[in-house]
Amino acid sequence: MNISLNITETIQEWLIGMMPEGAASIVAMVAVALIYLIIFAVAGLYLVLLERRVAAWFQLRIGPNRVGPLGLLQTMADALKLVSKELTGTIKADKFLYNLAPYFVIVSSLMALAVFPFTKEFQAFDINIGIFFLIAISSVGVIGILLGGWSSNNKFALIGAMRSGVQTISYELSVGLSLLTMVVITGSLQLSEIVEVQKQGWLILQGHVPAIIAFMVYMIAGTAETNRAPFDMVEAESELGAGFHTEYSGMKFAYFFLAEFINMFIIAAVATTVFFGAWLSPFGITESIPWLGAFWFLGKTLVLVFLMMWFRWTFPRLRVDQLLTLEWKYLLPINLVNLVIMAIIVWLNLTIKF
Amino acid sequence: METTVVKSNFKSEEYFINMGPQHPATHGVLRLLLTIDGEIIKRVEPDLGYIHRSIEKMCERDSYQQIVHLTDRMDYLSSHINNEAVCLTVENALQLEMPERVKVIRTILSELTRIASHTLWWGVMGMDVGALTTYFYGFRDRELINDIFEETCGARLTMNYNIPGGLMFDIHPNFVKRTKDFITHFKTKLPEYDTLLTGNVIFQKRTKGVGILTKEDAISFGASGPVGRASGYSCDVRKHHPYSAYDRVTFNEALKTEGDTFARYQVRIQEMWESISIIEQLIDNIPEGDVQVATNAVIKLPKGEYYQKVETARGELGVYVISTGTKNPYRVKFRSPGFSNLSLLNHIAVGGKIGDLVASMATLDLVIPDIDR
Repeated sequence: MNISLNITETIQEWLIGMMPEGAASIVAMVAVALIYLIIFAVAGLYLVLLERRVAAWFQLRIGPNRVGPLGLLQTMADALKLVSKELTGTIKADKFLYNLAPYFVIVSSLMALAVFPFTKEFQAFDINIGIFFLIAISSVGVIGILLGGWSSNNKFALIGAMRSGVQTISYELSVGLSLLTMVVITGSLQLSEIVEVQKQGWLILQGHVPAIIAFMVYMIAGTAETNRAPFDMVEAESELGAGFHTEYSGMKFAYFFLAEFINMFIIAAVATTVFFGAWLSPFGITESIPWLGAFWFLGKTLVLVFLMMWFRWTFPRLRVDQLLTLEWKYLLPINLVNLVIMAIIVWLNLTIKF
Repeated sequence: METTVVKSNFKSEEYFINMGPQHPATHGVLRLLLTIDGEIIKRVEPDLGYIHRSIEKMCERDSYQQIVHLTDRMDYLSSHINNEAVCLTVENALQLEMPERVKVIRTILSELTRIASHTLWWGVMGMDVGALTTYFYGFRDRELINDIFEETCGARLTMNYNIPGGLMFDIHPNFVKRTKDFITHFKTKLPEYDTLLTGNVIFQKRTKGVGILTKEDAISFGASGPVGRASGYSCDVRKHHPYSAYDRVTFNEALKTEGDTFARYQVRIQEMWESISIIEQLIDNIPEGDVQVATNAVIKLPKGEYYQKVETARGELGVYVISTGTKNPYRVKFRSPGFSNLSLLNHIAVGGKIGDLVASMATLDLVIPDIDR
């Protein structure tokens, strides 16, 4: 299969004319990393704004609309405030782990962004185990949460962190298995190839019934993995105050906060890539204009992000034992059966292809 | 909720956390000393006194007209009903017969207060189980009632509309129309509450079978109001000892027998419907007449002991006054519903999770200044 050139290689080839090959690789990597960092720091901020506007819309309010036109600079101002705030901490905190924790969370979520095929060209890191990489990286984040809760010398934070450990480890199984169900159709873990397969129809159509089940399981488990309501046991405001990040302030808190939103974006982006054909336009209507792929990718992702916000502002929170019952007694068995059904469908060639 | 206890040699350690005095779920400065084993609650010990203002002692210093103003600051969500309790005590002691107009207006305002209190409770209840949107829905409807109050007496929360001997002044000309508008509006909005929260599977799972209080326990803990009625204990003061205009309206006492958190929730929703019905029966024919009975500028109660109870949004509020015949009471004691209802928290929360404690506490509808006074 002919894999298209991705963005790192494009920049690298352009640089090779100016410097030796080794230096060009390093400069290209740093340049791409910077581009991604800037784009997603800003995207994270605007997701926060979107969440606030959506929440306001659900709650009969207007939402932030004063700072800048339509309130567009509100979260920028908030970020500035957070940067300038004093970094406080508890006296008996384990300082090293306490300071390390936010970086685990933010770095793991930023790393996951590297593999997404935003368009055919715009993909930093087209690894042949893409899905595996995503699942692996997203589990690193929980270490940060556990460390943060453990080291801040606060019992509420500790309870939050332990809940998070239980929750993320459980729901990772469902996320992994539902994605695996789709991999049965594509026969590849590489994201660009998964997109390639979907030129014959998005996977949610190709795999019909089991794919829809897998999608629903994925969305539930994905919401749980981002620790958002109705699965926000970790922060459970009315029970634990602020949960694992109770003792964090200023920019360290902002890292946790931003990571939550980027994680939400990642969950939606994975769903877009695996179920809804990533940058492919419906019926190939804009196939002649490749850069519009980014529009389709972001559009689909934002619809799914909106879905997750909808959950959050409508449902009450589950209790911690109900959360585990849902995963181990319902989602996991459904998932395993679903995987077998999908395998049979692919074996008997019952998938729908256009 | 079925709880299975796995017997093993593993020994877990109990630990202690402070829930409050600053904590989102305690709705004020209540401090709960929790002994927890993992997530399971072993003991809850409320620690009071963070907002104690010696209201009962201050009453001994003040004249009877002044006492009314202090009662606003107890259960601030049913301030009108608190005022009414003191006024009724004084009026009964002086054997003043109130004009019909006063009785009807007091009853209508009491029921509006009850709806306002329950809408706020509903919003906060949703928030405690994690559904933040309910808060704004509840406040939307409560605002309209507060606007009516504002127009009637100038205050939105601490009303002081009652005085011993009647009402401070007559109702605003718009009062009847606005109240009717509100009732029409609220009748369309109350079903929305059910769609948003009551019918939700997660909500029902969180509340059904959680924090069960039996009828016997409810009586022995002195539970009153919706908490008692959800356990099947018929304790509505409006029904059993009618005051003001409650003897001339027909309404059902909301009763449930399950005694769990969901039953307490349903009782309050049911009470809002009953309040609507009470207001509808009275609003169209408010009798004409005076709104005050002349009293002395300095009220002196005859020597003796007086007790009057009313049904606030939280339960039975009792006012106990000992008078020695002077212008000040010798001793005043308020029997606040919140205090007795809080006493049963340990009983219903032990064995549950932290989340269950928060859900149970939300349906006790605690107002901390009412408990501490």
